[in-house]
Formats: sequence, C-alpha cells, structure tokens
Amino acid sequence: MSTAPFKTPEIDSSRSSATIGKTVKIIGQIFSKEDLYVDGDVEGTIECQDNKLTIGPNGKLQAGVRAREVVVLGQIKGNVEANDRIDIRKDARLIGDIKTARIVIEDGAYFKGSIDIVKPDAAKVNAAAQAASGAGSSQGLPKPPAASPTPVASAVGAGATDIKR
Amino acid sequence: MFRTSGTAVEPGPFSSQKGQRLAAKERQTVRQSRGLEQFFSYINDQEGLSILDLAGLTQENIDFVTDLGHKLYTQDFLRSLDDTFGREEFTAQAVPNRIETFLDQNLDFKENTFDGVLVWDVMQYLSPALLNATVERLFQITRPRSYLLAFFNADEKSLISPQTTFRIQSQSTLMLAQHGQRQQAQVFNNRSLEKLFGRFESVKFFLTREHLREVIVKR
Repeated sequence: MSTAPFKTPEIDSSRSSATIGKTVKIIGQIFSKEDLYVDGDVEGTIECQDNKLTIGPNGKLQAGVRAREVVVLGQIKGNVEANDRIDIRKDARLIGDIKTARIVIEDGAYFKGSIDIVKPDAAKVNAAAQAASGAGSSQGLPKPPAASPTPVASAVGAGATDIKR
Repeated sequence: MFRTSGTAVEPGPFSSQKGQRLAAKERQTVRQSRGLEQFFSYINDQEGLSILDLAGLTQENIDFVTDLGHKLYTQDFLRSLDDTFGREEFTAQAVPNRIETFLDQNLDFKENTFDGVLVWDVMQYLSPALLNATVERLFQITRPRSYLLAFFNADEKSLISPQTTFRIQSQSTLMLAQHGQRQQAQVFNNRSLEKLFGRFESVKFFLTREHLREVIVKR
C-alpha cells in the first residue's frame, strides 16, 4: 500500500486519512477509524464508522460498505450504509442497496438498487432497539456479494486502518 | 383527453436546483402533468411504499419520492438496454432467450414487490416482443391496486421522438429535459396501448401539448 502523499481533491487534509492505491487488491474485511480513500480493488467489507470513505475513480469494490459519509467516484457492487450522506459522482457505478440520511447524485451516475432514506432520529431509534435486543454491530453490516474472506494484504498506515486476517 | 401547457426554460451550464449540473445542450420545459398528479394522488396517504423508477437516477426524483417516506428502486432501463442489445437494435431485442435474460438481469424482483412504477417514456424504445415481455414482468412484480405511469409519443406519423429526462418538481409538475432524439420501435395509439395493458385493471390517458400521451395504468 502507498504511504507516499497522494494528492486528490477528495481528501480533507485537516483530518488524517489512509489510502489504498490503485494497484492494490484486498480480499477481506477492512475496519478504519480514520477517513479512508480507496482507489484499488476490494472484495469483502469496509467499515469506517464515524469516518468518511471515498472510492476513487479507479476504485472497484465488491464489498458491503458502512461509513459516516461515502463519496463514490468509482465502482461499488454491494450494499452501502452511510449514517450522514452518500455522494455519487457522474462517472460512478453503484449496484446495490443504499441506506442513508442524505443522498447527492450527479447526472450521469449509474445506479441500480434501492434507496432507503433513514433520518437521524429514526436511525437512533433503530440503533437503540437493536442494542436492547442484544444484536451486535457486525451482524448489521451490509452484506457484500459472494466474496472470499481470505485477506492477502497486511495492515498499513498509522495503525488506524485494520485489515482482518 | 387533457391538454397541459408548458414553460420553456433556458438551460445554463449549472442548474440551481439541488446542485445538479445539466448539459448546456439540454432544452428544458417545466409543465403541469396530470398523469404525475394522478399517480401520486393514488399513493398520497400512505408511507413506506416501494416505488420503481425505470429512468435511472435523478436528484429531484429521488428527493421527491423519498421525502414522501417511500423507498425508491431505480434501474436505468434504457442504458441497460443499449449496453445489452446496442442502441436501437430492435432485431436483437426480439430474440426470446435474450429477452428472458435481459429481464432477469434488469427486473429481477419478487412478485408483488412494488406499489408504483414510474416507467416514463422507456417503453416506446422497446421492440414489440421485448415490450410485451416487459409489461408482463411489470404485472408480476407490482402489487394489486398499484399504478404505473408511462409516457408515449402521441405523434403517430413519426418514429423519432425527443430523448427526455423527466424530473419531478412537485406532485403535479415536471421538468422535461430534452437531449437529442431517439428512434422508437413502433408508434402507439390509444387502442394499441389498451391492448398492451390488457391484463391490467384500467388504463387512463392524458394528452399534452408536447405530443406526449401520459398513461396511468392500474394493476
């Protein structure tokens, strides 16, 4: 994975962020506690709870995704959950179901699936109900399309982005 | 029949609505739509419905439907059609096993899934065989007493119609953004449409000034 500075208009320089470069392929589960920029291939799941996930123009995901905010410039095949918002840019392709509080779409974007808008108050009620019933957060993660769980890369960066083995 | 008027809008490089950027070559018209008004009046008092939009993604349509509390499914049917068969390749669209495969890939929903379908003008670009199969599939995946809204070019002398994106402005107002032209597979009149939707309970027509026939079909 790339640790060199990667200049892109999507990365907010005021927040730390990790990058998966365009030549990198990961098969497995990715958990991040910082913003994450993915410009490579990922099969599995990506969870960036409370952070922003950006799929770069070269990014190709066959993965379920959960983040605070998701910006898509590349391709995703899988369900996407964003607590705050999802931003789908004009050359993006997204096949899967979306659950979010807000969605912004540019003309030209391709999307096939369902859109479920969940307002923040409703989301809190749902989360409280799930906590009361004892359901764990991992069980609620959007499911990817049939992906192999075998990871092939090790964790990189400042340690805030973990890849499950 | 019901005629409505429209207001032409000069396109600009940027749209002020929802931050959308529209092509400068688009010709936009904002007008009342009785068909749209009827469609939403039928589902107005309900929440949590499942609505299918066959014209793909537009910010306005997503916002309008989801603000009503409904779940929206979108499928850019024409784009998939072109990707699968090639643009305006009506002969290729008539091959039975290809039709079945195409519908399995693009309308792969369980029976009785949808409470409403926004077909827009998609159907006029399907070959007769594909069109009949699509209507049958829509019958299967919609619930009883659900509604379909479809638009057809009312000019029976021409197979060329404007390629249009329909953006919902309000329950009874549409913005028509026309960008180029496209060849239809056939012309339509009221009788042919009644026959097309023969399995459905009822078909209601509205005719607009832009030679557009708005059709409300009840499942």
